[in-house]
Amino acid sequence: MDISTIFFTIVSVVAVVSALLVVTCKNPINSALSLILTFFCLATFYAMLEAPFMAAIQVIVYAGAIMVLIVFTIMLLNIRADANKKSFHNVPLGIVVGIITLLTAGSFLARGKVSDLPGQITPNIIHQVGHTELIGAVMFTEFILPFEITSILLLAAIVGAVILAKRNLS
Amino acid sequence: MDNVILGLPLYYYIAMVAKVLVAFVFVLLTVAYATYAERKIIGHMQVRIGPNRVGPMGLLQPIADGLKLFFKEEIIPAESSKFAFLVAPLVALVPAFLTFAAVPFGSTIEVMGYKVPLQIAAYYDTDMGKVVDLNVGVLYVLAMASLGVYGIVLAGWASNSKYSLLGGLRASAQMVSYELAAGLAIIPVFMLVGSLSLQEIVKAQEGFRWFIWSSPMTFVAGLLFYVCALAEINRTPFDMPEAETELVSGFCTEYSSMKYAMFFMAEYANMVTVCAITATMFLGGWDGPFSRTMPLLSPLYFIAKVYFLMFVTMWIRATVPRYRYDQLMTLGWKVLLPTSLALIVLTGIAGFMGFNTFFG
Repeated sequence: MDISTIFFTIVSVVAVVSALLVVTCKNPINSALSLILTFFCLATFYAMLEAPFMAAIQVIVYAGAIMVLIVFTIMLLNIRADANKKSFHNVPLGIVVGIITLLTAGSFLARGKVSDLPGQITPNIIHQVGHTELIGAVMFTEFILPFEITSILLLAAIVGAVILAKRNLS
Repeated sequence: MDNVILGLPLYYYIAMVAKVLVAFVFVLLTVAYATYAERKIIGHMQVRIGPNRVGPMGLLQPIADGLKLFFKEEIIPAESSKFAFLVAPLVALVPAFLTFAAVPFGSTIEVMGYKVPLQIAAYYDTDMGKVVDLNVGVLYVLAMASLGVYGIVLAGWASNSKYSLLGGLRASAQMVSYELAAGLAIIPVFMLVGSLSLQEIVKAQEGFRWFIWSSPMTFVAGLLFYVCALAEINRTPFDMPEAETELVSGFCTEYSSMKYAMFFMAEYANMVTVCAITATMFLGGWDGPFSRTMPLLSPLYFIAKVYFLMFVTMWIRATVPRYRYDQLMTLGWKVLLPTSLALIVLTGIAGFMGFNTFFG
């Protein structure tokens, strides 16, 4: 086993354990912390897949911004651990969805080759040009329309948030 | 991937370990003596003497402080959330140190025929004949900065005390707002450099073409970034999260002994980091007279710039009174954020008209 396989195994164990802790922790803050850890493991996977830009954005956006807001909300509402409450709602539905996902993934795996399928962008090109440069070049030429649509969508969301927050002001 | 991790010669690993050790020890020592320097400098500015009892000129004061905190009783509030309370100081301290992995603290030196770039996350690629560092260096720095908030927020929440909670809430609101302005303020820099790699940013400033004076836009951006960075690390005049006069000691009210010391270390480590990043982005990093011909001088220039910026930080603390909370938020959202957005547009327009910097 080479060093990157060992590293990958360790990180994936942490990822799975922390993902399980997100749903099993009684204390909402501990759940949120586990979710941050899961995001970190995802960022590590991106970095190992030669996608440093995705790794950095994963940490900045998910761990650094979205989770701060979630932790903030938990703190403001002062949700404490509910140790006695046991909830089994949606467990059957969860089992059904889980099995369907597993079968879908299995069918994709069974259909053909899943590894060593190099696309246009090889690790060599990433090393030469740089990952950020590659993403930027494609995003502002080939995918400019989806990019602009997303920005209009975000603008609408910001305007909506301001209107909701300032509704009571004359 | 394998050829990056395993295909490199042994000297690469030795150099890496050595660089990590040197940078870590340097930051730790700076953190310890920054507390002493701050007390001395502010003392002199307020016509006091400052610490002068322990050792010659009080030079052993940081060690005495450390020992004192180490032997204090460790108190964990009974009603606190134990796990979050214990990890919060660690979460505050670690990102501050991690940032240093991407900061270039010197140019490339030659050791026994091998070229070693003085930056932890970098190596000299003999095939390409250039130094390869983190392609997303700036984003990495921003990512680590955005994690610093968790330590404070967790500490505030886990202590289960109203002062701590208020401090934590203020901290998260403040850091999230100023992080945006700080992130936007450095965009003009990489618009001009055309790269997110810190190595490239320093290279673009070589020969005194530092961004602080190379164009009006980057000058304002530099000041803006420094102010936002001060707010993000909760230094005076933006130290709302631990405003003594209102919140006892803010988020670290319930902490004692080594855990309190760790928050203290995190604050100063953040200060070193922020000054190092400002020096790299706007003050030319390790650039200085003869730094290209004599690479061994370059770390000294870098350290001098970092220490100068740290001195300015302490100077500001001795001079400017604390902002009121609403003033702080108004400044962040209504002044600094629009200004940084305007700078991005102006840099773009100027570049389109053919003006990048005074140096071409």
